Amino acid sequence: MAHFIDRRLNSKGKSTVNRQRFLRRYKEQIKKAVAESINKRSVTDIDSGEQISIPKRDISEPMFHTAKGGKRETVHPGNDQFHRGDKVERPQQGAGQDSGEGNASDSGEGEDEFTFKISKDEYLDLLFEDLSLPNLQKNQFDKLIEYQTYRAGYVSDGVPGNLDVVRSLKGSVARRIALTTGKKKELKALQARLAELLSDTVDHQLEIIELQKQIDDLEKRIARVPFIDTFDLRFRNYEKRPLPTSKAVMFCMMDVSGSMDQATKDIAKRFYILLYLFLTRTYKNVEVIYIRHHTEAKELDEHEFFYSQESGGTIVSSALKLMQEIVAERFPSNEWNIYAAQASDGDNWTNDCATCNQILQENLLPIARYFVYIEITEREHQTLWNEYQKLAEIHDNFVIKHIRKIADIYPVFRELFDKSADKQTGAA
Amino acid sequence: MVAKKLSPLGDGPDWSFTLLEQYETEIDRVAKYYDLDTYPNQIEIITAEQMMDAYASIGMPINYTHWSYGKKFIQTEQNYRRGQMGLAYEIVINSSPCISYLMEENTITMQALVIAHACYGHNSFFKNNYLFKTWTDAESIIDYLLFAKNYITKCEQKHGISEVENIMDSCHALMNFGVDRYKRPQKISMQEERERQQDRENYLQSQVNDLWRTLPNVQSKGSDQKVLFPSEPQENLLYFVEKNAPLLEPWQREIVRIVRKISQYFYPQKQTQVMNEGWACFWHYHILNHLFDEGKVTNSFIMEFLHNHTNVVAQPEYNSPYYSGINPYALGFNMFMDIKRVCQHPTEEDKYWLPDIAGANWLETVHFAMKNFKDESFIGQFLSPKIIRDFKLFAVEDDEKKPLLNISAIHDNEGYQAIREKLSAQYNLSNIEPNIQVYSVDASGDRSLTLRYIPQNGIPLAQSHVEVLRHLHRLWGFTVKLEEIKENGNPILLASC
Repeated sequence: MAHFIDRRLNSKGKSTVNRQRFLRRYKEQIKKAVAESINKRSVTDIDSGEQISIPKRDISEPMFHTAKGGKRETVHPGNDQFHRGDKVERPQQGAGQDSGEGNASDSGEGEDEFTFKISKDEYLDLLFEDLSLPNLQKNQFDKLIEYQTYRAGYVSDGVPGNLDVVRSLKGSVARRIALTTGKKKELKALQARLAELLSDTVDHQLEIIELQKQIDDLEKRIARVPFIDTFDLRFRNYEKRPLPTSKAVMFCMMDVSGSMDQATKDIAKRFYILLYLFLTRTYKNVEVIYIRHHTEAKELDEHEFFYSQESGGTIVSSALKLMQEIVAERFPSNEWNIYAAQASDGDNWTNDCATCNQILQENLLPIARYFVYIEITEREHQTLWNEYQKLAEIHDNFVIKHIRKIADIYPVFRELFDKSADKQTGAA
Repeated sequence: MVAKKLSPLGDGPDWSFTLLEQYETEIDRVAKYYDLDTYPNQIEIITAEQMMDAYASIGMPINYTHWSYGKKFIQTEQNYRRGQMGLAYEIVINSSPCISYLMEENTITMQALVIAHACYGHNSFFKNNYLFKTWTDAESIIDYLLFAKNYITKCEQKHGISEVENIMDSCHALMNFGVDRYKRPQKISMQEERERQQDRENYLQSQVNDLWRTLPNVQSKGSDQKVLFPSEPQENLLYFVEKNAPLLEPWQREIVRIVRKISQYFYPQKQTQVMNEGWACFWHYHILNHLFDEGKVTNSFIMEFLHNHTNVVAQPEYNSPYYSGINPYALGFNMFMDIKRVCQHPTEEDKYWLPDIAGANWLETVHFAMKNFKDESFIGQFLSPKIIRDFKLFAVEDDEKKPLLNISAIHDNEGYQAIREKLSAQYNLSNIEPNIQVYSVDASGDRSLTLRYIPQNGIPLAQSHVEVLRHLHRLWGFTVKLEEIKENGNPILLASC
């Protein structure tokens, strides 16, 4: 007699540990693939996992086995033309006739790459391993701005609208039971006694009158216990609890003056992707605002931001001013975590640098969680960098970095958000 | 419970537990009628996802964790998702009770087929075939795997995941060389295993040290006589390492042992693929047809069954795009059917080729064949000319030294014996796996370990041996050499590490 067991409800993740072991072992390769993959993504495309390829030879499990060569005999089915002693050409590699026996590959597929998909979470974890959000600490404790009302039990005092009828009646019943039980018992006893006396053949007039009086008295006292009392009333209680705000806005600012070519913009784009991914790890809603500028600044959608070319001079402060306006208008700093990333090739109209410094110092840095400036250029630093460097020395939440080529982005990004570097810059 | 005598069982297509039980009862009855002797059955219904889990841990319900199983899982999942591969309808484990997994998406016909195939076919094979009886202990395997899993987890906590993983990797590289091919291992229960493991740790370590402590005394050094250690070449590399590697810690030795034991457990399965599958197909075919003859199952049931059965035992021809070697299901099924035919209706040819079984009792004969053979000897004994003709088998000789392939035998009178021998040799594991043995240890010198590869028919060793030697070096701790014996009998050094 067989025994049937329904295992379908058992957990299915039996191989999860093994899968994690696999990811752990090939972390280096996978990380490399992950780092490469961000180049291909749109800034806000984070819902998908990632296809990872690892060269097969890297993950092979070596075994002793035989190679091609020597002399071997194999038996095949379906002879349709051969006679004993026939000589035939060796079939091309991969044709059906080749038996699996001498095949050197460790699995039949013979692909060069071992390709598999990692989930979104695994992807992001790998991407942001060891990174922490700058000033996150501060955020959570200093800026508890949003409040959420939630039910918090019952109170005996409140507005009629919050009256909880069931709860109040429960109290009423309880109170009435508590106040009348003793009396009812007494009443019962007296009534029994009365009945006894009444049915007795001997007359007990006086006693009966006395008893009747006592009974009446008790009944009155029982009736006096009110059906509902203010004491019974219960009101639903609501309390407010502070919530760390889960909203963040990210400003991408980029110089599109004639000196910025498409390659430079691509580098900037990758940096923004990373920043966006990073923010979405921490905040539920992340808005992205694209501001680009030459001599004047403009808010745009993503596509225009990255792919339209304009020329002209460069006035960086125009973008900063626009950001300031947008913040004031739409993103009050007590509700939003404000992050900004500015990318430029370092060109600026010399007189403008002081203005930038001033706007940042007075208006933007006090409200921004983090403001990062990346300079993408192979030339020497210019005035803007020097001006910003002064600022960076004073402000913890202002960081400047220099990127020369695409390969620099990820390291620089890691450096910016490195946990240890965070301490060093004095995040607390 | 008991199905009504005349009306057939429901034919689904959806199954229910009640229906499954009805079918199982009927199949059980028929199986007993045909003398199938089985372990008790434990049938578990699982989902596709769980089936992939089971695939990944080599079909075992419980196993130690290792990255390679993760890799296997990812691979299976990828292939399945892309639709490159369907999942097996069942997995069955050689244990007592015999655990079989049925996939939930099978129709009732498929479930019945699988119950007959796995729970009665494979199950009786596991219980009665001499290889399984000798080499595996169905009672204790699950316990042993549990012990292994816990032991390895403990080691990971104590010594770190990477440390343990390194040892495991090295053992896995030598896994195929962790079996005794002739010596029979003793059975052991989990309880004993745990107790003995402790003793073993202490004892083994002292043994190993003993080997190295014995310095050759000065007198014997003068003589030319060189004492070889080991005195005879050893085929079980992992066993040799476990007992003699000088630098392994006790827990590392135990891990070597675990991998070796599990490898040994699977060894009979590798040797009986054709027979095992053939036997199971033979019985699902007979049992379900028997039920049909009794009127227990409907026409649509038997049609669906035959459709699936035919797919399973199909043999594509050598020039078909689907051809990937001989299908063990097809060969095994047809051979068992042929044995039955020879018993019942022998021809003159059969009487000449298979005199022992021509005209014998077919049921006894197939049971005898199942119990006492492995693929190699089964084919050598029972491959009849009719099967050779039906399959149109032909042998191809591929000699590296010659420019063309030679057709050495075909399905004709002169070819039958040759084909039989060649096909039999093709299933001989010692022909498939390279012959590598521990040849010597330089116990008095640099402690280097020498392996010898003895090629057959001049077939060289694949380049992966360099990697494998590195793994062996990790286990041995000193220089490891691999020599190949050339045709003139002289060893040449292939690699050292």
